[in-house]
Amino acid sequence: MNIKLKIWRQKNAESKGAFVKYDFDGVSPEMSFLEMLDALNKKLIEEGDEPVAFDHDCREGICGTCGMYINGRPHGSVQGITTCHLSMRKFKNRATIYVEPWRAKPFPVIKDLIVDRSAFDKIMTAGGFISTNVGSAPDAHAIPVVKEKADIAFDSTICIGCGACVAACKNASAMLFLSAKVSQYALLPQGRVEAKERVQAMVLKMDELGFGNCTNTGACEAECPKNISLSNIARMNREFYKAKIT
Amino acid sequence: MTILNSKIPEDSLAEKWAKYKASAKLVNPANKKKLDIIVVGTGLAGAGAASALGELGYNVKNFCFQDTPRRAHSVAAQGGINAAKNYKNDGDSIYRLFYDMIKGGDYRAREANVYRAAEVSNDVIDHFTALGVPFARDYGGNLDNRSFGGVQVSRTFYAKGQTGQQCLLGTYSSLNRQISKGMVKMFPRREMLELVIIDGKARGIITRNLITGKIERYSAHAVVLATGGYGTIYYLSTLAVNSNPSAAWKVHKKGAFFANPSFVQIHPTSIPQLNDYQAKLTLMSESLRNDGRIWVPKKKGDKRPPNEIPEEERDYYLERRYPAFGNLVPRDVASRAAKERCDAGYGVGDTGLAVNLDFKDAIKTQGKKAIEDKYGNLFEMYETITGINPYEKPMRIYPAGHYTMGGLWVDYELMTTIQGLYAIGESNFSDHGANRLGASSLMQASGDGYFILPYTIGDYLADEIRTPRISTDLKEFEEAEKAVKERLEKLILINGKQTASSFHKRLGKIMWDYCGMTRNEKGLKKVAEKIKELKEEFWSDLKIPGELYEVNQELEKAGRVADYFELANLMVIDALNRTESCGAHFREESQTPEGEAKRDDKNFAYVAAWEYTGENKPHQLHKEKLEFEFVEVKERTYK
Amino acid sequence: MRRFFGSSVTKKLVMALAGLFLIAFLIVHLTINLFLLSDDPDPFNKAAHFMASNPLIKIFEVVLMGGFLIHIIWGVILQIQNWIARPKRYKVTYPSQTSFFSKYMIYLGIIILIFLFLHFLNFYFVKLGLVEGDHENFYEMVYDLFKIPLYLIIYLVSFIILAFHLHHGFQSAFQTFGINHKKYTPVIKAIGLIYSLVVPAGFSIIPIIIYFFK
Repeated sequence: MNIKLKIWRQKNAESKGAFVKYDFDGVSPEMSFLEMLDALNKKLIEEGDEPVAFDHDCREGICGTCGMYINGRPHGSVQGITTCHLSMRKFKNRATIYVEPWRAKPFPVIKDLIVDRSAFDKIMTAGGFISTNVGSAPDAHAIPVVKEKADIAFDSTICIGCGACVAACKNASAMLFLSAKVSQYALLPQGRVEAKERVQAMVLKMDELGFGNCTNTGACEAECPKNISLSNIARMNREFYKAKIT
Repeated sequence: MTILNSKIPEDSLAEKWAKYKASAKLVNPANKKKLDIIVVGTGLAGAGAASALGELGYNVKNFCFQDTPRRAHSVAAQGGINAAKNYKNDGDSIYRLFYDMIKGGDYRAREANVYRAAEVSNDVIDHFTALGVPFARDYGGNLDNRSFGGVQVSRTFYAKGQTGQQCLLGTYSSLNRQISKGMVKMFPRREMLELVIIDGKARGIITRNLITGKIERYSAHAVVLATGGYGTIYYLSTLAVNSNPSAAWKVHKKGAFFANPSFVQIHPTSIPQLNDYQAKLTLMSESLRNDGRIWVPKKKGDKRPPNEIPEEERDYYLERRYPAFGNLVPRDVASRAAKERCDAGYGVGDTGLAVNLDFKDAIKTQGKKAIEDKYGNLFEMYETITGINPYEKPMRIYPAGHYTMGGLWVDYELMTTIQGLYAIGESNFSDHGANRLGASSLMQASGDGYFILPYTIGDYLADEIRTPRISTDLKEFEEAEKAVKERLEKLILINGKQTASSFHKRLGKIMWDYCGMTRNEKGLKKVAEKIKELKEEFWSDLKIPGELYEVNQELEKAGRVADYFELANLMVIDALNRTESCGAHFREESQTPEGEAKRDDKNFAYVAAWEYTGENKPHQLHKEKLEFEFVEVKERTYK
Repeated sequence: MRRFFGSSVTKKLVMALAGLFLIAFLIVHLTINLFLLSDDPDPFNKAAHFMASNPLIKIFEVVLMGGFLIHIIWGVILQIQNWIARPKRYKVTYPSQTSFFSKYMIYLGIIILIFLFLHFLNFYFVKLGLVEGDHENFYEMVYDLFKIPLYLIIYLVSFIILAFHLHHGFQSAFQTFGINHKKYTPVIKAIGLIYSLVVPAGFSIIPIIIYFFK
C-alpha cells in the first residue's frame, strides 16, 4: 500500500510547527496505524531524519496514552476504538491522511503529536476520589449496592482518559471526562458522602484550566473510544444543581 | 559473600504477620513529616504505596515515565483479583488461597510471603470497594465472584474484562487525594536512571525529565521501586511497549540481588504475530478456553482453510494429551503444548506459528447468542485486529511472554539487599514462585503497596528520624548524575545506522527462541554468545537522532535496550544454572518420559539470587533455601 | 468574569432557562400572528393594541427583553470562551454523527438577531414610537410589508434558520437541566423536532398566504 501522510511536526512547545508530507510506500493493510508510524519512523531514522514523536503504550486500547486526530476525527474513522486499534485496512491505497495532535488550550503540544494532558490529572486531583484511608474500610459486603446502579456506575468508569472528547468537542470541553467520574461516585453509596464538594470542586477546576463550555453537541459521545454516554453529563448537571441548591 | 537473610518471623504461619506488625518499630506523626520517601512507579503497587504512605504522614515523591499515573501497566490486567473472602461459602480460606499459590508456583515461592499475600487479600477487596471500584455485583447487591484457572473455588472478584483498569483507577484516586493534600508530590514523565547510595543506604534517584531531557536529582530517606516486570525482553509480549526493567536493573548493578530471572510466564492465548512491524501481542483472555477447543491439523503443513478440514483430520492435542483437564490445563502446560505442535510442523497460518481456537462446537451446542454474551467484546477485539470473524472461522492463537515471576530479591520486609531500598509488586520475586496463577498479580501488587510496605518501611525509618533531609548537592548525587549523563551521551555518540527497536526486536527473537517456553543447555549457551555479539553490534552501530535535552523517544528506547542485553544475559545464566524443570521454566533435559516437567527438589529447592560483581565479571549466585514447613511438597500433574 | 457569569454549568443553565422562556413566548406570538389570516383586521389590531397597552404586559415585556438580552449575552460569552479554548484550529474536521446544527448555534443565533433587529425596526419600535408608523393599524402594516418579495424571502429564510436553532436548542435545554433518560429523552427530542417544525412553519405560512392569496 502507498499512503500520503501529512503529519503535524512541531519541534517543541515554543516552535510554530507545520504539516510535513510523507509519501510512504511500506504500508501493509495488516498494520495498525501506530505500527505504520513505527515503520515510517524506522525509515526516517535510517535516512537520518528525526522520527515523528507520538504517545503510545499498551497498544491494546486500555491505557489511553495514544491519540491523534486522523482525517478530522480523534482516533480515526472507526467508532469505539483507540488509535492503536485502528487498522490500515480502513484506508484506501494512495489515500491522503492528515494526522494532527489534539488541539485545546489546556492540552498544549509538547512535540509533534504529543500533547500535555496533565490538566486531566488536575481535575481528578480536585475531587475525583473518595476520602477513605487504607485500613479503615468496612467489609466489602457491609454496604450492598443495587446491581442496576453498580452497572451504570461501571459504564461510566471505563473512561481511559485519552482526551478524545476534548479533541472532538468544537468547544474543547472536558465535560464528558469530568462527568464520567462524577457519575461513578454519584451512583455508589460510598461516593455520596462527598458528592456536593466533589462536583463543585471539579467543575471549578475544569473552568479554571481553560476548557470550553459544553453546548450539548454530542461530538464527545460520538467519538469516545469507550462509548461513554452523554447521560453522564446530564447526571453531572443534576449533581451540580443539587449541590448548589441544597 | 553476603549471606541472605530473609528475616522471616519465627512464629507459626498464621501469626507471623500479626506478630510482625505488633512488634514493628513506629515513627511518631511529628517525625513522619520530616521523612522523605521516593516511590518509583504508579501501578497498583506504586500508587498504592505512595497513597498509603501519604496518608500516614510521610513526604512522598512519586515518579512515573507515563504522562499520568493512571496509565501504569496494571491498567491492562483483564481477568480479576483474588481474595479469600469465601463469600461463596465454597470452602475457601486464607490457607487454601496460600496453598493454591504455593502449588501453582510449583513450590518455588517463600511460604511466609505467600501466606501474608493471601492474608491481606481480603483487606484489599474491602479497600477497593470503599474507594468506589465497581466490581461486578449480583442482584442482591453483593459482590460476585468467578472461578479462575487451576483452583476449585470461586474467589476471583472482577469488573467485566477490565479489572486491572478499575483497580488502578481506584488506586489512582487515592493517590490523587494525597496529591491534593500535598502529601504526595507527583513527577510524571520522569524515567529513573540511577540509584544514589550514601553510606550503604539508598538515598535518592537520578531521573531524566522526558520533556526537557534534563537530568534531575531527588533525595529521600528510603526508596521504593514498583517498576513492574521485564516481559518485554522478548520484544513481542502482552506488555505495554514501554514497560521496562531499567530501574530494577540499575539498582541491581548498584548491589540489589536479582532473583530467579529465568522465571517468565508465557500466556497461551494471545493473538499471533501478524506482520513484521508488530510491536506487541494482544492477549485474549484465558476464559476463552472454557468453551473454545484448541486444535491443529493432523497432517503436517496442511494449508487448507480450517473449516474445510474434516473432524477426523483434526488433532485436539490438549484433549488428547491431558484427558482430565483438556483445554483447561494451566498456562505453562498449554503454552508448551502449542509450541510443541508448531515446532513439529503442524502450526497453522502463514507463519505456521499459531494453533486454532475453535468455537464451532460451542456455538452449535449453546447457540451464537450465548457465546456472544460471554465473549462478545473479545470476539469483537479479535476481529478488529485480525479482520477474521471468530464466529465463522476459528481464532488463531499463540503463546506470548506475559508476566515475570522473577525480580529483585527482597526479604520478608520487602527490602532488597540494599539498605533502605524496597521492591514491591511485579518488580520483586517473592510470591509467585515459578508460575503465577491467574488473578493473583493484582492481589499481590495491591497487598504489597497498600498493606505490607507501609508497615515494614516504618520499621526501617524509625531509625532514620535523626537523619536530616538529604541534600542533593552531595558528591554521591553529583557522581551519579555524571555517570548517567556520560552513559546517555555515549549512546548518542555511537551514531551508527540501526534503530534501538531493531536491536530490541532481534534480541527478543533470540531470547524467545532459546530462552522462552522451553530451554536446553545447547540453546542457552548458543544464545549467550549471540547476546554478546548483538550487544557489541548495538554499542557500535546504534543510531539515535536528536539530542539529550529534548523529547527524545529513541534515546529512551536505546537506554532500555542497553539494559535488556545485560538482563538477557543474566536470564540465560539463571536458566543454565537451573537444570530442573519447574513451573514456567522448562529445561528439555529434565522431563518425564511423557514430556512433562520434572522438578528436582533435592538440588533446586532454592531461590537463585544473583549478585552483580562488575562489568564483564561473572554474576555471583546466592542461594536462599526454601523450607516448606506448612505444606507437603508434591508433584503437579494434569493428566 | 467567570465569577459574574457563573461556572460553565451555571452559564449553560442560564442559556437553557432563557431559551426555554423564549420558546414559550414564541407560541404566544404565533397565536397573535394567526389573527392576521382573518380578513377582518380588527382582531389582530385589538390584540396588538392590548399587547401595547396592558400594564401587566408592560411588565412582561421587560422580562421578555431581559430574556432576550440574557440569552444573547450569555451565548456570546460562552462562544468567546469556547473559541479561546481552542486557539489553534484543526486543518481537517469531520462532521461527527452529532446534533448537526449544534455546531452552528452562534451563527444561526446571529442571523436570528439580525432578523430580530429588522423586526423591531418594523414593528416593535413603531409601537414604542421610536420609529414612524401607524401603530393603530398593524394589520395593514403587516400586509404592506409581506407584499414586498425581498422582505418575504428574508422573513422565510429567517424562520428556516430559527427552525434549525430551535431543533438543537429545545432538546439541548433538557439535557442541560439534567434530564437524560433512556425512555424520555427520545420523547423530548421528538417534541423538540415537532416544535421546531410546526412553530416556524406556522409563522411562515402567514406571509405566504398573504402574498399569494390575499
